[in-house]
Amino acid sequence: MGEATSTVVVGIGNDYRGDDGVGLHVARLVGGMACEDLKVVEGIADGYSLLETWTESSSVFIIDCAVSGATPGRTYRFDALRETIPGDLFDGRSTHAISLVEAIGLARTLGRLPRRLVVFGIEGADFSSGLGLSPEVKRAARATADGIVDELQKTRMTG
Amino acid sequence: MKSRIITVDYLARVEGEGGLSIRIKDDKVVEAKLKIFEPPRFFEGFLRGRSFTEVPDITARICGICPVAYQMSSSHAMETACGVSVEGPLRDLRRLLYCGEWIESHALHIYMLHAPDFLGYQDAVQLAQDHPDVVNRGLQLKKVGNDIITLVGGREIHPINPRVGGFYKVPAKKELDTLTERLKWATEAALETIRWSATLPFPDYEQDYEFVALRHPDEYPLNDGRVVSNRGLDISAEEFLDHFEEEQVKHSTSLHARIKERGEYLVGPMARYSLNFDKLPAAAQEAAGEAGLGRVCTNPFKSIIVRGVETLFACLEAQRIIEAYQAPESPCVEVKPRAATGHWCTEAPRGLLYHRYQIDDNGDIKDARIIPPTSQNQKAIENDLSHFVGDNLHLSQDDLTWRCEQMVRNYDPCISCSCHFLKLDIERE
Repeated sequence: MGEATSTVVVGIGNDYRGDDGVGLHVARLVGGMACEDLKVVEGIADGYSLLETWTESSSVFIIDCAVSGATPGRTYRFDALRETIPGDLFDGRSTHAISLVEAIGLARTLGRLPRRLVVFGIEGADFSSGLGLSPEVKRAARATADGIVDELQKTRMTG
Repeated sequence: MKSRIITVDYLARVEGEGGLSIRIKDDKVVEAKLKIFEPPRFFEGFLRGRSFTEVPDITARICGICPVAYQMSSSHAMETACGVSVEGPLRDLRRLLYCGEWIESHALHIYMLHAPDFLGYQDAVQLAQDHPDVVNRGLQLKKVGNDIITLVGGREIHPINPRVGGFYKVPAKKELDTLTERLKWATEAALETIRWSATLPFPDYEQDYEFVALRHPDEYPLNDGRVVSNRGLDISAEEFLDHFEEEQVKHSTSLHARIKERGEYLVGPMARYSLNFDKLPAAAQEAAGEAGLGRVCTNPFKSIIVRGVETLFACLEAQRIIEAYQAPESPCVEVKPRAATGHWCTEAPRGLLYHRYQIDDNGDIKDARIIPPTSQNQKAIENDLSHFVGDNLHLSQDDLTWRCEQMVRNYDPCISCSCHFLKLDIERE
């Protein structure tokens, strides 16, 4: 296995449940804008698979919908290597799988964290069946995608 | 008079929502219930009126762990209704896709859901703190299964490439060859899984089950075969409902299946293994023997070893298929609808999965019936709970509760799969 040097952007969520698809939306926006070679990942089966998405990546951005009860569109950013992500920020309830926060904890235990791991949470408003994001969530998604692309460009310029 | 009640409100490390309740009176188990309270999902209901071509995509959504099983049983049932048989490389590709699902599903269950029970951990995250190599092996094995599904099925969850008649697109030989090295690693990892699982502490518990599984004259069953049992059953899928029936019970939103003549039975890895040991590759038979398994396994706690043996089989079978593969000229066989009824069974990781569809001349679905493995195993699970608790009343409440949860997880139940029956009767007093 070669040295991990690439960047991966992981979108988590379900397009067919309204704002829950915001993570996927942001990942696609970044994939369309970013000029450097990066991998966009969506359709993650479960938290365990999440670890495998960054096996060969040094820099990882994860975007998911937050359900903390805050104002819709509010955006959280965590440097997951240094900051603790509140366990109740994302809806990770499952009887058999592990949540995003648990997956990061498992990766830490196994020594499988990438060199850089940034997690974004965007507060959702409407999770009813159907496609499309709420206006405030869509605005936040655009701003988040722009921010990630800026980060990628700065990283590239500073080496 | 001595009474005890064992209650687990929410079972962890099973797919879906369920609990269990056991009542003991005068040192006898008077009631053992696997309580399934996940809401019914009405899949059979909303399949009505949809086109026969839509079944693989709709039924895949029944389960996030075994969507391939639903795609396979539904596609085969539709092809049978329309008088079409999918053979050659397309049949092999379906088998390869199914191998991917067995590997990822078995690896998930063995390492993340079941192993913590044997070693005294609450979950895989805790297990990883003391046994990182074990958890890493499980994660990487699961990934190999997911990679097969992604390559053949188009994505790792709810694959988009399978269709009635075959696939939308078939891989080139050189694409499949990219899996070979990883499958060689997975084969060694599966062998290590068997050796390691054989060292786990197993309660001394054997039961005289009626095993039900597919059996095929030439292969370990995945997509094809007759429905057989160790008590003389030997029928085609078409005859399934002549011999099996489902009934509602108050404590479950999932129907309970039974053999009409005899009652409870067991499907899944132990049944497949015990009815098809002779069809396993020699390496898998040998590994099973070294792990202490006979040709028949009747201790449900040892199903973790059997899953390891089946994982090894799936790795070997996937390599065999890839080695022999030559891409077919067409990715699918044309399937023209006709008014008919089609039945089919395949072997989901958790056991026999029966589908039946009635369609009209346009291919519109008039009626659908799906009987998943967890529905079929509920009675066996409740009987196991009853027998095991009855024999182990000396254990403390905590130990007995732990063992009961472990007993349920022996079956790797998929509760979400089981909750999609058509009729909902509401009883009012």
